[in-house]
Amino acid sequence: MQAALVVVTLLAVWGAVSNAQYNLTRLNMTSGFGFLERGTGWNYSFSLVERSINDSYAYTLFIGLLNTLFVGFICIVTTTIFGFLIGTMRDVRHPALRFAASVYVQIFRNIPLILQAIFLYAILIHMGGPRQAVSLGDVAFLSGRGAMLPGLNVSPTVAVALLLASLALGVALILARPVFWRGLALWAGGSLGLALAVALVLRPEGESLLSLPQLQGLRFTGGISVPIELFALIAAITLYGSAYVAEIVRGGLAQVPRGLVEAGQALGLSRAAIWSRIKVPMALRSIIPPLGNQWIFMMKATTIGIAIGFSDLFYITVNAISQSGQTLELIAMLMLTFLAINYSIALFTNWLNARLQLKEH
Amino acid sequence: MAVAEIIPPSRFETSRRLFLKRGFGSPGSLAISVVVFVVLGWIAWSFLDWAVLRAVWRQENVEACGQGGACWAVIDARHRLILFGTYPFGEHWRSALAALAIIATVVLSCLPAMWQARRLAALWVLGFASYYLLMEGSLLGLPQVTTDGWGGLSLTLFLFAAVVLLGMPMGLGLALMRRSEMPVVRWFAMGLIDTIRSLPLVTTLFTAAVVVPLFLPSWLEGDKIWRVIIAFALFFACYQAEVFRGGFQAIPKGQVEAGKALGLGYWSILGRIVLPQVFRHALPSTINMVVVTFKETAIVTIIGFFDILASGKTAFGTAEWAPYYIEVYLFVAAIYWVFIFSLGQYGEYLKRRMTLSER
Repeated sequence: MQAALVVVTLLAVWGAVSNAQYNLTRLNMTSGFGFLERGTGWNYSFSLVERSINDSYAYTLFIGLLNTLFVGFICIVTTTIFGFLIGTMRDVRHPALRFAASVYVQIFRNIPLILQAIFLYAILIHMGGPRQAVSLGDVAFLSGRGAMLPGLNVSPTVAVALLLASLALGVALILARPVFWRGLALWAGGSLGLALAVALVLRPEGESLLSLPQLQGLRFTGGISVPIELFALIAAITLYGSAYVAEIVRGGLAQVPRGLVEAGQALGLSRAAIWSRIKVPMALRSIIPPLGNQWIFMMKATTIGIAIGFSDLFYITVNAISQSGQTLELIAMLMLTFLAINYSIALFTNWLNARLQLKEH
Repeated sequence: MAVAEIIPPSRFETSRRLFLKRGFGSPGSLAISVVVFVVLGWIAWSFLDWAVLRAVWRQENVEACGQGGACWAVIDARHRLILFGTYPFGEHWRSALAALAIIATVVLSCLPAMWQARRLAALWVLGFASYYLLMEGSLLGLPQVTTDGWGGLSLTLFLFAAVVLLGMPMGLGLALMRRSEMPVVRWFAMGLIDTIRSLPLVTTLFTAAVVVPLFLPSWLEGDKIWRVIIAFALFFACYQAEVFRGGFQAIPKGQVEAGKALGLGYWSILGRIVLPQVFRHALPSTINMVVVTFKETAIVTIIGFFDILASGKTAFGTAEWAPYYIEVYLFVAAIYWVFIFSLGQYGEYLKRRMTLSER
């Protein structure tokens, strides 16, 4: 029986390969990875680093990977924070808060993510030019051209480096296992301090520390410009994903034994202290495994960027396929990249979970 | 002492008191209640005002649109396009009937009387077959409409039913292979399950639509829609296999050993002892998986199918209706929401009922 499976699999693979060879020669397609060195000659919507249409395929694909990781990372952070907030609201005793949180979860969890992304994108694109922009306290603006946010006065490359540094600091803090709130404060304070220090040193000569967006004539100058594709994608994944994270968090909090909470009350701890020192640390053990799956889902969900024209790795790959015809190589690269990304996330969450388990004596 | 004093208050009375105490008992909780009430009330009122009070409903009154209210006239005029896509206009009754057949299949499977593998399989095959016969038509002597002409809600329901129908046995097969005592079979299943689960659904479907034809001889290529359905079913099966695995793990080993001691063979033990319990244990997660699948069918719009999302886009694609994209998207979102919410609530109810019965 096993031998039969092996034989059938080998036969299928052999048949597929010989067919592919036959089809490739029939269609005059070449195989191999030589095309990666060629220039692409086409443009796309978004990149964190310098790019031109003369870039090689390898570099363009790298930018796509960077975009996917960037959006995925931001969404993982925003959904986790937002999801913890909503999940906690579903767990508290106040009826109005519970109601509001469950309305949120029931609306955003039960509509397909891609529909939310396309809908949001359509609303944003109809918002009109910078002159009709919605202003938030005159430091942030939202218009049909995208969101303008205040930012540090540094180049995009430095900003990416700072993001990576903040990520590394987070991992280091998890390794060091401080108390939850102290760890969070150290991470936020450390990242912010580092960013400010770097901006102080690296900002352009004679300019201010922060760059604020300002309406000049028909367009905005200064600040960080977030294109609507990116904004809609991040907003949609965050809205959808945090509804799921909220359910995970609620489930985790509900599993904390009641006796522990009552013990905290008997000790006279405040409700916030019970939440942060008893409930969350205990709940994390059952939250982390499904949360890790949710993180993997979020990484995969960035691929719907293609529906609204955001140039993530999938978008770049599909474009590269239609332009170069190197279907097999590009699809294989895409799949291997996603396997590698998701395997790393799984390894990270497994390791995190192992660290957080209670030590049995 | 009066008896009334020691009778505890009714459950309703207790929860009412708790509700009042927790929501309005202290100045802080009262303030939170007021803020939430005002914010939610404002959102609800603005939506109601826009969507109902100032809305235009009939397409005859379309001139009144665009004055601060919703323009449901676009739905009145274009709902057939959204629901049935480019299906021939005169044959729309077939598309509607076919969609109803799928919905009826889903509703009937929710009845406990149907919860036997054979009945469920028969029901789904029957529902799917009646959909196909009605939509395709040539076997019933109706004008033939090929799959290219299918679209809208009907196509979404078709993809959903086909994926569940094909994916369920595939998932069971993969779960059995994963538990097999033969290492090669086990590794094969594990490799397949882990790979498909790590890849985004879009890439799997895109591969099936664009890449797979390169590997297949032309006689095996088939329609694009069937290749995508099979890939989607494989995706479903890989997740469902993990659901079944959870069900298998819940069954004590002693039961299988008892079966062996009675001299039963592998298939008898599986079919008569193990599987009935596996299905029961896996039911809530299976419903969850079915709900997720329905939601994920929206992805096929990316690889160029004319599902309800694409037909919705077409519905406001003309100059006359272009300003009313919000109404169309809300209409489509509401359809998805009703299906997904009600199935999800049913799953929750079932989970509660089953945990109660296990106590």
